[in-house]
Amino acid sequence: MTDSQSFLSAFLLIFQWGGDLWEIIGLSLRVSLSSVVISTLLGLPLGALLAVRRFRGHHAITILVNTMMSLPPVVVGLFVYILLSRAGPLGVFGLLFTPAAMVIAQTVLITPIVVALSRQHFQQEWERVGEQLRSFNIGTMEALPTLFWETRAALTTVVLAGFGRAIAEIGAVMIVGGNIDHLTRVMTTAIALETSKGNLELAMALGIVLLALALLVNVAVHLVSHWSSVRSGGK
Amino acid sequence: MPSPSLNNVSFSINGTELLKDLNLSLEKGSFNVVLGPNGSGKSLFLRLCHGLLQPDNGQLNWNGSQTLPPQTMVFQKPVMLRRSAKENIMYALRNCPKGERAERAQQALKWAGLERLSGRMATVLSGGQQQRLAIARAWALKPEILFLDEPTASLDPGACDYVEEHVKAMHESGIQVLMSTHNLAQARRLAQQIIYIQDGRIMAHQPVEEFFTQPACDEAYEFIRREFVIEPVTKIKSV
Repeated sequence: MTDSQSFLSAFLLIFQWGGDLWEIIGLSLRVSLSSVVISTLLGLPLGALLAVRRFRGHHAITILVNTMMSLPPVVVGLFVYILLSRAGPLGVFGLLFTPAAMVIAQTVLITPIVVALSRQHFQQEWERVGEQLRSFNIGTMEALPTLFWETRAALTTVVLAGFGRAIAEIGAVMIVGGNIDHLTRVMTTAIALETSKGNLELAMALGIVLLALALLVNVAVHLVSHWSSVRSGGK
Repeated sequence: MPSPSLNNVSFSINGTELLKDLNLSLEKGSFNVVLGPNGSGKSLFLRLCHGLLQPDNGQLNWNGSQTLPPQTMVFQKPVMLRRSAKENIMYALRNCPKGERAERAQQALKWAGLERLSGRMATVLSGGQQQRLAIARAWALKPEILFLDEPTASLDPGACDYVEEHVKAMHESGIQVLMSTHNLAQARRLAQQIIYIQDGRIMAHQPVEEFFTQPACDEAYEFIRREFVIEPVTKIKSV
């Protein structure tokens, strides 16, 4: 079979493939969206706090968060595996090799990205509007909702970037999820498995879906940035 | 109406003293213009008086009280939130009863001649329009003291006139004004008193005409002399 024929049959497979494909895509989306939601809830307030408050250890936390942006996924996977394994401190919850473990691993990976990127946006905005808000006699903590609202477009791109990282992640979810059929198999782990089995059409079909999702995320990021730029006159 | 007075106030950043032993008492309702070379500490002085910065030493009093009276500041680069012109004013009025905000914002836009821009996104307005909006927003707040940090520095002559006219109107309505500028002619047009700052120290505080005719220190003399020296025209080039 030539490359172009493989590609064509991969495309056809997407439409012919039944429940299994949608199950894998569905689980991938559920795990990634859950971890993005948790990372957003944890990361944005922390990013805002680091941007507007100076406290003891501020620089150390900022450096730590920036460093954690480049955490190797397999190391995170290993760390979460040890935590969740039977002998580990969280072993009693029996979460290892479940989607919950995958959500935890992805949350650990994405949260530093959300914190670090949002901190930059919050800081730029705070430098722009902070003095004026204080001139209106608005305290720092009271100003936070305004800061969130003023940076909403940039924050949307941060969250979408986090989602992009989560949906494409393989190392950590493979270790803590175990790639169990009908339980913890997501797109990336399925691609790795099918490739190792020589089932390239199937692997390619999943790759196309993954690429399509990545494309959608990028289009969304671009549209949000463009909309924001137009709304604020490019400032 | 409370008026600021500074007693031995100093301010430092990272151990460098940027404002030193400031002693000053401002007349109630007066129009003071702060002059001085770049980096002399004019903006810091305004921020300190406005309460955006806290002094390291000394005290800032408002007629004996340390409670800040209603006051606001207009910056050199107007700061607008990403919302409409009217909403920008309404945001500043967030401590007013909700029902009054829209009406007061509309009055401010009318006062500033910006009614037609009411619904426009504030951040897309020109620099001059944004500064007019900042002045309107300050007016809507009904401050007792208005601080302006080089409000006309990046404006064209028409916009400068507009800002001067409206700041003057605010002063005439009883608002005390403390403004910094590099424009000596503007200082002469607007000020009642001049505060001259150099190297973080107040070198002179004089009535405007006295400052421009008999400045209280050599530094101030040197500062204004450069501006008023006009090279004599010796030859007109024939076309």
